[in-house]
Amino acid sequence: MYPPKFDYYRAGSVEEALALRKQHDGKFLAGGHSLIPVMKLRLSDPGVLVDIGRIDGLKGISAANGSAKIGALTTHAMVEAADNLPDILPEAAGWIGDPMVRNRGTVGGNIAHADPASDLPTVFTALQAKIHVAGEGGSRVVEASNFFTGLFETAMSDDEMVTAVEVPSKDNHTGTAYAKLFNPASRYAIVGAGAMLTMQGNQCTAASVSIGGLLPNAIRCPSVEAALFGQTLNEETIAAAAAAVANDIVADDVMGDIHASAEYRQRMAPVFVKRAIAAAAARA
Amino acid sequence: MQITITVNGTTHTRDVEPRTLLVDFLRDHLGLTGTNIGCDTSQCGACTIHMDSQSVKSCTVLAVQADGADLTTIEGLANGSLHPMQQAFWDNHGLQCGYCTPGMIMSATKLVEGNPGISEAEIRHGLEGNICRCTGYQNIVKAVQQAAGEMGGD
Amino acid sequence: MSKYMGKAVKRVEDPRFIQGRGKYVANLKLANMGHAAIKRSPFAHAKINGVDASAAKALDGVIAVYTGQDLQAAGVGSLPCGFNPPGIVTAPHMPLAVDKVRHVGDGVAVVIANDIYTAYDALDLIEVDYEPLPAVVDAKKATAADAPQVHDEIPNNTSFHWPLGESDTVMGAMNESDHVVELDFINQRLIPNAMEPRACVAEWNAFTEEMTVWTSSQNPHLIRLLMSMATLGIPENRLRVISPDVGGGFGSKIFHYPEEVIVPWCSKQLGQPVKWVSTRSEAFVTDAHGRDHVTTAKLGVNNDGTFTALHVQTWANMGAYLSTFAPMIPTALYITLFSGLYKIPHIFGESWGTMTNTVPVDAYRGAGRPEASYLLERLIDIAARDLNMDPIELRRKNFIQPDEFPYQTPVAMVYDSGDYDQLFDKAMEVSGYNEMIEERDRARQEGRLVGIGVSGCIEASGAGPSKVVTSLGAGVGLWEHGLVRVHPTGKISVLTGTHAHGQGHETTFAQLVADELGVPMDDIEIVHGDTSKTPFGLGTYASRSAAVGGTAIMKSCEKIREKMKAIAAYQLEAAVEDMVYDQENGTIHVQGSPDRSKTFVDISVAALMGHIPDDMEPSLEEATFFDPPNFTFPNSAHIAMVEVDKESGEISLLKYAAVDDVGNVINPMIVEGQLQGGIVQGVGQALLEHGIYDEDGQLLTGTFLDYAMPRADDVPMSALGRIEIPSPSNPLGVKGAGEMGTIAGTPTVANAVMDALHPLGVRHVDIPHTAAAIHGAIQSASVSAD
Repeated sequence: MYPPKFDYYRAGSVEEALALRKQHDGKFLAGGHSLIPVMKLRLSDPGVLVDIGRIDGLKGISAANGSAKIGALTTHAMVEAADNLPDILPEAAGWIGDPMVRNRGTVGGNIAHADPASDLPTVFTALQAKIHVAGEGGSRVVEASNFFTGLFETAMSDDEMVTAVEVPSKDNHTGTAYAKLFNPASRYAIVGAGAMLTMQGNQCTAASVSIGGLLPNAIRCPSVEAALFGQTLNEETIAAAAAAVANDIVADDVMGDIHASAEYRQRMAPVFVKRAIAAAAARA
Repeated sequence: MQITITVNGTTHTRDVEPRTLLVDFLRDHLGLTGTNIGCDTSQCGACTIHMDSQSVKSCTVLAVQADGADLTTIEGLANGSLHPMQQAFWDNHGLQCGYCTPGMIMSATKLVEGNPGISEAEIRHGLEGNICRCTGYQNIVKAVQQAAGEMGGD
Repeated sequence: MSKYMGKAVKRVEDPRFIQGRGKYVANLKLANMGHAAIKRSPFAHAKINGVDASAAKALDGVIAVYTGQDLQAAGVGSLPCGFNPPGIVTAPHMPLAVDKVRHVGDGVAVVIANDIYTAYDALDLIEVDYEPLPAVVDAKKATAADAPQVHDEIPNNTSFHWPLGESDTVMGAMNESDHVVELDFINQRLIPNAMEPRACVAEWNAFTEEMTVWTSSQNPHLIRLLMSMATLGIPENRLRVISPDVGGGFGSKIFHYPEEVIVPWCSKQLGQPVKWVSTRSEAFVTDAHGRDHVTTAKLGVNNDGTFTALHVQTWANMGAYLSTFAPMIPTALYITLFSGLYKIPHIFGESWGTMTNTVPVDAYRGAGRPEASYLLERLIDIAARDLNMDPIELRRKNFIQPDEFPYQTPVAMVYDSGDYDQLFDKAMEVSGYNEMIEERDRARQEGRLVGIGVSGCIEASGAGPSKVVTSLGAGVGLWEHGLVRVHPTGKISVLTGTHAHGQGHETTFAQLVADELGVPMDDIEIVHGDTSKTPFGLGTYASRSAAVGGTAIMKSCEKIREKMKAIAAYQLEAAVEDMVYDQENGTIHVQGSPDRSKTFVDISVAALMGHIPDDMEPSLEEATFFDPPNFTFPNSAHIAMVEVDKESGEISLLKYAAVDDVGNVINPMIVEGQLQGGIVQGVGQALLEHGIYDEDGQLLTGTFLDYAMPRADDVPMSALGRIEIPSPSNPLGVKGAGEMGTIAGTPTVANAVMDALHPLGVRHVDIPHTAAAIHGAIQSASVSAD
């Protein structure tokens, strides 16, 4: 189909982007792979687009001092190909859309859109990522677990934009993994689970676990984490810990659709949490 | 808005509405109708082209976003002769109605670049963004395997 | 002896497609062309109290806006139904709705603008005053006394009832059986989704008073006929319909669609060419859908495995209007195939065609025959479990034997040929069936859910004998035309009334003619898809092109050979009876004197010059209208293996093997391509695809984000095999190859999934076997086991 009319401004810097957006009450356009399809279906009519896709310095991955910084305009393809990021990131990025989508879709655009079925919110929540956000008053950092606040909702105001996401860099004692139940049509996540485990031998010394897809937004799973902490991990203890995800999910919040009922999704939560944990443990 | 885009080696400067989709720019403004449109939601891949050496879905790129870019469409993949991927699709009966074929070929050429030994599973995963309703994909996978070998490390 | 027939000749049509030179309708650009967009109903059922297009008309760049009332006032006619069984009740189907909309996507108004973006802007400015009405979407619920009425003309929403056989007799036999398998199930709605969305361009020439319409159709001649006699009223001799390259059809492009009326009408009204190209979103709510049956079935079987009786009742969803061939699908193409590969002494089937507030349902690849095969092959599989018999052994026990052909089934068809044991022997070999069983049993011991599914399917293809199909209700006979024109230089044009949209006729028909006449393939051009170039023909569907269209061409070639022999005899002063036409190289010589010969080009020139016998007409052009004496009956044995993920219900299709008897094969590469593609469409129905409406008539699967199309990573490589038992129904000995993959693919995979769940005691799960559905079945099974 065909998008409605809009005015188009191209920003050369973050400051210019913020100013243009405020001046014209527009919407930011990065890769456009979330926005353009809904505009074509005429489900979105922003009137003004501020293209941030060419801003210098927002594209690329840099690692230093135990953390890696992913620029907001970094594409999923770049994340998929990166060798200095925790395993969960290339793994999950490789399952977003398809190669063409990954060549255009950006990390910043993806998380700003905050689609509940998207993979990166779950992944960043498990990684305890820090989302760098720029606004008129300057920059701030939001913890991933506080960033995704609801269905297509984030902790950002309309006047703010994502500039980067900071994640722990790859480390030998920490294993990370993502497990995903695919929607057979769209290939988005019906349920996605992320895990980051630090191990000493078979013992789990730190655990961060997240779940998404079935809820309006991705969440941390403190009950699962508590059940993992200090445990010697084996098939049984992992399954037991994963089962605790039921305590982290508010049943009434679980969404259902033609592909997967709420009940089915709820049953799948421990299954995919278990798979993420097992894979992460094997990598630690 | 005025944009300048190089397509298949020829540079074009045109005035477009900002909302013009790149695929419509190619088809309607430049008359390059080899790139097809098969859906509205970035799923089918019929519109796949190369933009600055990457495969992209031209139905989900605005022409203004491609301002300054260097594009290759199916018409420009090989000049006059056949690209090994085109030849492989022909050799292996990798097409029936032909509608998904330009996008499939454009997608596949990037998929196998630098990966002559690409596995069947990698090809199938890599073609997830291109829907074909005719072939059942079997001969497409064979074609891509053949071309990957012939393209070597290119 | 043949140089081309039976060979995997590469397709001559491919160079244009692989280089982006396909001639699809959407690529056509005419001077001064207006672009049409159609305002469509967001409601499944509503009264139209008024349409206000004033703002749309005032928009800069808009040329015109027309409503249903405008078309009706101008005398535009209703879209006809071309298959009318006895007792059918019909209702008008106006190209744009006039007083009521009956499905989401029903057209209400058309905008023509200078460019398509503006046309879509104008759609947003049209105000339609709808008064929503209650909707009905389910084929069976539509017949309830209190169901909303879709058309006043069709009481109880029941357009037709089609029984075949004697219900009481069949139930009598059923009741005497040792065992009866009963099953209530659905055959879900599918959305064909050819990759090229439909498109139509029309150009009215006021000077010549002729209309040219380019449309993405599988049968341009029939569309012209219906435009002429029913909708537009333009005489056929002033109407030219062209279907250039068409990007897939699978049945959905057989029918006469509203846009093929609206667009030409607008062109004539405005005196300028008009173009309409469907978007995918539009395609989902306007292209005819497929399947959508609700069925109750019983199979009687004795303890030794002998089938005794089959009794089937089906409610077939016709959607909001009767599409061109819709009533034929759940009747003449469905119930007549209930005998499958088997001797079933007593069969009764009946179907009701019901109207609902959904997109019209018509032929989709296989059309009735997949529904028949699915029901029979599922019942037999359940019978095998119940009797604790191997599913292949049970089938073999009931096969029609090779010496029993021609075989009259209890449901009207006379099967022409087959050897089903040989077919299954080969399928077991190609699939490695015995190893598969071992593999499955090992996996089961490890606690994994692995299953093997088999099916044996038959189809009636090559439609079809005109007297038979018209006696059943078809408005046209299904003969075919083939004309062979030898040009003076020896080049050949072959005109066919069939139409290719992926099948490769430009290659296979050229192979046929090259061998028939002994000329190089390069010298032959196949012409199709243009009513001004080819005489009347019936198009391509129902796997009919090779059997019916190919035979017409072959017979014309025979006539050409005879005429060339007569000319050569005249020139060589020999008797015609002594002339030999050498099909190896296209020369004609006197028997026993190879040096007394003429080349193909010699005779072509002679025919032009008139150097021919006195009583002969000049030129070399021969036509044949072939009406087949019977359908052909391709048959298949397919075997699949799947694994079900116990925890999630996700299914992996591990192996697929298919052995088919499609008779003689013109081009094995193309036949295999047809099967591979068909199989994946069948797999799609088994595992992925489902057109879902909610109770209000909203289509919930209206994009590829929600309608699951098979992708490259959903399927493995298929192992294919073939047995060739020539069909006696046509001199080529060919049977249809286009639909069997789809017909067999669905029951094969569904049976495999059910076999995987067999250890849990699961008997049946409706398709598609999505992860959620299968997980649900596993859960219920474990609950009942507890």
